[in-house]
Amino acid sequence: METLEAPVKDKKEKKRALKKLMIINSKATVDSVYAALILANGARMEGLESEIFCTFFGLEMLQPKKMDHLHVATVGNPGLHIPTMIGGLPGMETLASTMMKREMDKLDIPPVSEFLEIYKASGGKLFACKLAMDMFHLKEEDLWEEIDGVLTVGDFYERGQKEGTQILFI
Amino acid sequence: METIIANRPVELNEQGYLLNMDQWDKEIARSIAAEEDIELTDRHFEILDYLRTEQEKGTALSIRRVGKSGVVDIKEFYQLFPNGPLKKASRIAGIPKPASCI
Repeated sequence: METLEAPVKDKKEKKRALKKLMIINSKATVDSVYAALILANGARMEGLESEIFCTFFGLEMLQPKKMDHLHVATVGNPGLHIPTMIGGLPGMETLASTMMKREMDKLDIPPVSEFLEIYKASGGKLFACKLAMDMFHLKEEDLWEEIDGVLTVGDFYERGQKEGTQILFI
Repeated sequence: METIIANRPVELNEQGYLLNMDQWDKEIARSIAAEEDIELTDRHFEILDYLRTEQEKGTALSIRRVGKSGVVDIKEFYQLFPNGPLKKASRIAGIPKPASCI
């Protein structure tokens, strides 16, 4: 028999190597956006700091008009096992996306808009890429009002200076 | 392994979660919470009670479900149990570690 104090104290003294996750999402596909959200929100659930930086098509997940209407790619996506010519037929992408979202709903995975709310409530941060916004002619009012700001690449790296930070490109 | 918490012998797994939720009581909760640097208030116990009730029903707990419970919102849940609320609250509530990714 042992007392609680000893093992827990040891555990506390063991320094955690990972302290902050910075995730870059550059795509608008369902798989890319959910990978970013699950990793970032999961980091918060483990008590790690967490940020998502959205660039290029990744900005779609920050646009209220688009965030809940993302698609899975049916062409150029061998994981879906749909022949390319069939995947290119009209309506195929919508059909595949609807089916995938139905499966996700069964697993209690929230829609993007709700997932963003959960993530923000957890203390996670969301940023948009300035250059990509200029490129797509987006203004801050086109983005979800809860985002934490618009950054340049330099600003982004500046936020990752702390020891124990990892940057992931999705 | 058998461990003494709040002067009572309890069975813990290697991650410090109670193996039998019936061995739990409020004193044990306070002791585990103290190890996590949390001082339990009545508000904490409301949430622990909710978690234990859901566990008894066999619910798979997730942050999303807790947030929708009407018992506590996600922001307050993170404030009450900082740095990993679902895991910490579950450990303090004497229930198994949730296997949720959301």
